[in-house]
Amino acid sequence: MSSISYAARPAEIRWHPLVIRYSPVVVVVLAIVAIWYVAAVLMNLHIVRDQFERDETPYTSAQLIEGTLTAERPLLPAPHQIVETFADDVFGWPVTSPRSLVYHSWVTLSATFLGFLLGATFGIILAVLIVHARTLQKSLLPWIICSQMVPILAVAPIVIVVLGSIGLRGLLPKAIISAYLCFFPVTIGVVKGLTSPDPIQRDLMRTWSATPAQIFWKLRWPASVPFLFTSLKVSITISLIGAIVAELPTGAQAGIGARLLAGSYYGQTVQIWAALVAASILAVGLIGLVSFFERWVAQSMGARV
Amino acid sequence: MAFASAATRLGTDGSMRAPDPIVSVDPTAKESVASAVQARGVSLTFQTADGEVQALANVDLDVAEGDFVSFIGPSGCGKTTLLRIIADLEQPTAGSILVNGVAPEQARLQRHYGYIFQAAALYPWRTIERNVALPLEIMGYDAAKRRERVEHYLKLVNLSGFERKFPWQLSGGMQQRASIARALSFEPALLLMDEPFGALDEIVRDHLNEQLLRLWDQTGKTVVFVTHSIPEAVFLSTKIVVMSPRPGRIIDVIASDFPRNRTLEIRETPEFLKIAQRVRAGLRSGHSYDE
Repeated sequence: MSSISYAARPAEIRWHPLVIRYSPVVVVVLAIVAIWYVAAVLMNLHIVRDQFERDETPYTSAQLIEGTLTAERPLLPAPHQIVETFADDVFGWPVTSPRSLVYHSWVTLSATFLGFLLGATFGIILAVLIVHARTLQKSLLPWIICSQMVPILAVAPIVIVVLGSIGLRGLLPKAIISAYLCFFPVTIGVVKGLTSPDPIQRDLMRTWSATPAQIFWKLRWPASVPFLFTSLKVSITISLIGAIVAELPTGAQAGIGARLLAGSYYGQTVQIWAALVAASILAVGLIGLVSFFERWVAQSMGARV
Repeated sequence: MAFASAATRLGTDGSMRAPDPIVSVDPTAKESVASAVQARGVSLTFQTADGEVQALANVDLDVAEGDFVSFIGPSGCGKTTLLRIIADLEQPTAGSILVNGVAPEQARLQRHYGYIFQAAALYPWRTIERNVALPLEIMGYDAAKRRERVEHYLKLVNLSGFERKFPWQLSGGMQQRASIARALSFEPALLLMDEPFGALDEIVRDHLNEQLLRLWDQTGKTVVFVTHSIPEAVFLSTKIVVMSPRPGRIIDVIASDFPRNRTLEIRETPEFLKIAQRVRAGLRSGHSYDE
């Protein structure tokens, strides 16, 4: 008789799939929030204590800690302060008001889109030139790489001043700085994509006596599309950073960069953080937008889903 | 049967053979009408980082129109190189070669041949029908003509119903059949096949060999076929060209006169084994079995 007993094993706990999927993320977020609160208390402690002592009012530890989490100009604002300010800046004002974060986000976003469009187009054209002419590859590539070594913070004011002197102000100079930053990943990715077809695919074109234009449109370009989208995802966040950076040294009146600058002038740390949150949300949205197009294009090009 | 009925319409459309007015025709073309490939003293030396490598040495070859000629030899014997010279994908360093009576470059420009590689190399972003239509698009056929040809040749290789599938949705054998349909779509007189079934298992390979033979029989095309399988070469060919390893030379040319509509059963006959033995002897004399 075989009498192996399975009863001794402890019953396995079955988790809901959603719990399995999201619990790691939630745990990390909770841990970050907890660490943040501790850090906020520690970093703001001396500010609050100095305030109490200057006012010569007696205080308890509870009052001290409460003070660190509600200070008007904390060194490190507590998460709930950022959320409050962010919600107020976004929903508390009409979207056309200069006090609305939506207004500032839109200003930055429009420069981002224009910069991304210019940068991606320029990057693609550059890649096509590089792939089709060896001399261009030799003469252009070192300059392209050098262009990315120049600190943008140093170049941005020069560009703004030069363009301003020929009458270009506002959106376009910001877009150009943004484009300057974001064309590089596109060029590198598209060069790789355009040269990705294997020798047999190229030989086939030769056996059919295809023209160079046909080889480009029917082989090289479609082959480069997956590479292009990978680059575009990197590039669109860089173009957002470029647009924000372009607002910093130029005393722009509006935009997330202007908001960051104003916040640091007046010690409004909570406002700075709220603007940072807005920038992060924009970045996530932009990547999501590119990913959406990528999926759509990939599906029509027969990618395995 | 789909295979037979579809094939009867083949070869009636000679539009692709119309001479291109821009390309001047070789004056020797008239003498060699019945010759699909004529090579005289063809040699090819590659310059590599390690010095010169002689891939082909003094190759003479005649392929008559309608022939099924196989090149057989060990890896690196230059059989693929010879095929690529015929296709104008490589240029010989010595000797002369005519393809359909003209220089290989003109044959290529006039789209005289269809080339089938070891890998199907379908473009992954195109459906099967758009892959088959690709050479037609390049050659400027109108949409109606393209649709007609695609339908016809997909039927011929038994791929009707797979028009809208993408390559990755098909098995390796089906992909290679699609690539054959692609090579046939513009109706070249000459098919150049470079180990087309080398990557497939033996069962699929036998099946495709039979299909290929029927296709050859019904279309009257000339086929030049590279393989390293002795049974495959003997089964398919009217003429077997045995080649030696580097530098590639032709050791023996063996004619095989099985009927054009042969079946896989002939592989058990004494005649078949005799030819296979002669191929093997040729390979051995060329030191193909040496280390």
